[in-house]
Amino acid sequence: MSEATTPRPAPLPPSAPQLSSAPAGGVTVTAWCPSEDVVEVTRTPAPGPARSAWRTFRETARGLKTTFGRMLERPVTVEYPEQKTPVYPRFRGRHKLHKFEDTGLEKCVGCSLCAAACPADCIRVVAAENTPEHRVSAGERYAAVYEINLSRCIFCGYCEVACPFDAITMGHDYELSDYDRTDLIFTKEMLLAEPLERTPLRNEGE
Amino acid sequence: MTLALVGYYEEWWIQVLKAIVIFAVSLQLVPVVLLAERKLLGRFQARYGPNRVGPYGALQPLADILKLLTKEQFRPRTSVGFLFALAPLISIVTAVAAFALIPFGNVQRIFGTPVGLYGIDVSIGPLYLFAFGAIAFYGIMLGGWSSGSKYSFLGAMRGAAQLISYEVSQGLALVGVIMTAQTLSLTGIVQAQKGMWFVVPQLFGFLIFLTASFAETNRAPFDLTEADAELVGGYNTEYGGGRFASYYFAEYLNVLVVSGIVTTVFLGGWLLPFGIHPPGWVDPFVVLAKMSLITFLFIWVRATLPRLRYDQLMSFGWKALLPLATLNALVTAVLVVVTH
Repeated sequence: MSEATTPRPAPLPPSAPQLSSAPAGGVTVTAWCPSEDVVEVTRTPAPGPARSAWRTFRETARGLKTTFGRMLERPVTVEYPEQKTPVYPRFRGRHKLHKFEDTGLEKCVGCSLCAAACPADCIRVVAAENTPEHRVSAGERYAAVYEINLSRCIFCGYCEVACPFDAITMGHDYELSDYDRTDLIFTKEMLLAEPLERTPLRNEGE
Repeated sequence: MTLALVGYYEEWWIQVLKAIVIFAVSLQLVPVVLLAERKLLGRFQARYGPNRVGPYGALQPLADILKLLTKEQFRPRTSVGFLFALAPLISIVTAVAAFALIPFGNVQRIFGTPVGLYGIDVSIGPLYLFAFGAIAFYGIMLGGWSSGSKYSFLGAMRGAAQLISYEVSQGLALVGVIMTAQTLSLTGIVQAQKGMWFVVPQLFGFLIFLTASFAETNRAPFDLTEADAELVGGYNTEYGGGRFASYYFAEYLNVLVVSGIVTTVFLGGWLLPFGIHPPGWVDPFVVLAKMSLITFLFIWVRATLPRLRYDQLMSFGWKALLPLATLNALVTAVLVVVTH
């Protein structure tokens, strides 16, 4: 310790007797004393050469046996493009907009509550008035523009929760890659269209 | 004690033909080993391995090699040009040269011409192998040094130390066999195993040789020269394209060479047990089957064992393997003297 520490550049003033009497630059080293909750790990004594050689050999053989066992099993790989992982019924994938089945009118009334609830700010709604000649939705107004920017969407599902008419729900489609960012802005027509069911649904209890 | 007939001399044109055949065969075998390794490593890790290119991924090595060969030949500004280009060549030439020694069968009559199914049958078999093993080290060392990169250099230094330490044990493990067979010719060693393969009386020598061979070929668990986690790629960090392909080729060819040596020296070469004597054309397939067993072992071990720390590697080589190999040689020497 005393050899390792370099001497101070300036000598200590003589008016500091308590420092100059301390060992090696005035640093006091306290010995490590473990508290009572420190458990000391007891190790077995180091094995002799023959014992350790045997142990190495045995453990190597055990490892080889383990890997050989894996080789005889079937791979766990899901070969993705051909074989898709089934999703749960409540899986939150690409959004869907809905229509009333009997009248064919859109459920969305253009209230923009989904846009307000969206934490990623990816929904844009422009509402317009329904007229007797041009009736799109069941309510007073309808969404003239309804766009979801799926490159911003975080698939939290708050839009679905916020919607008072269940007009927007989260679908199961998760294959949403594209070559262009603008192609990921889904318009109302795309969201209303019957989506391709490309993802298998997980069975009950699976 | 009669010595086996060695050093069978052939016409020069047969030698040239054989050289071409050996190069062609080794070129065909390497992609097979490459694919086998990747497929088997996949299965060991509960996945498929390459299965996209061609049926069952069979064309994957072709795709790999095509990809590498179409890449740009770049080299770092700090590299030493001439040596940088030469080093992969040294690796590949020594690997193929060592491959020439592996006997795939006895002297056969092909169209009435007696031809030995091996490249050459030198009377100093194992010494020749170790000589080329030692030259192969220049391929790694020069490649690492001339790259002008610290990672390459560190990898090369490790490779140098590793090769030298393990070559000693490897040689000593063979000494036991040579003393028992009383010949240095590899075909002679095979002939001497007519009664019993040397893996039985020389079990310790076999295990030591195998362990040292893992280090000699820079394979896991002794692949310290290319420890990806600490050295990026080791001695071939700065290499790309065809030159990297040569290093890659040499590595797998070295695995094949070592499998061939183990087959020849310990597993009875082209001999079959229980007194089965198939016609001569079966011999190469027997050797290939035995070689693929050893290659499988190489891959299996790679899938199983983690990489050693560098000081563990060194202390294992000098403090465990070398004394054991020496002891094996000494005990064999005493037994050979006592029994004769």
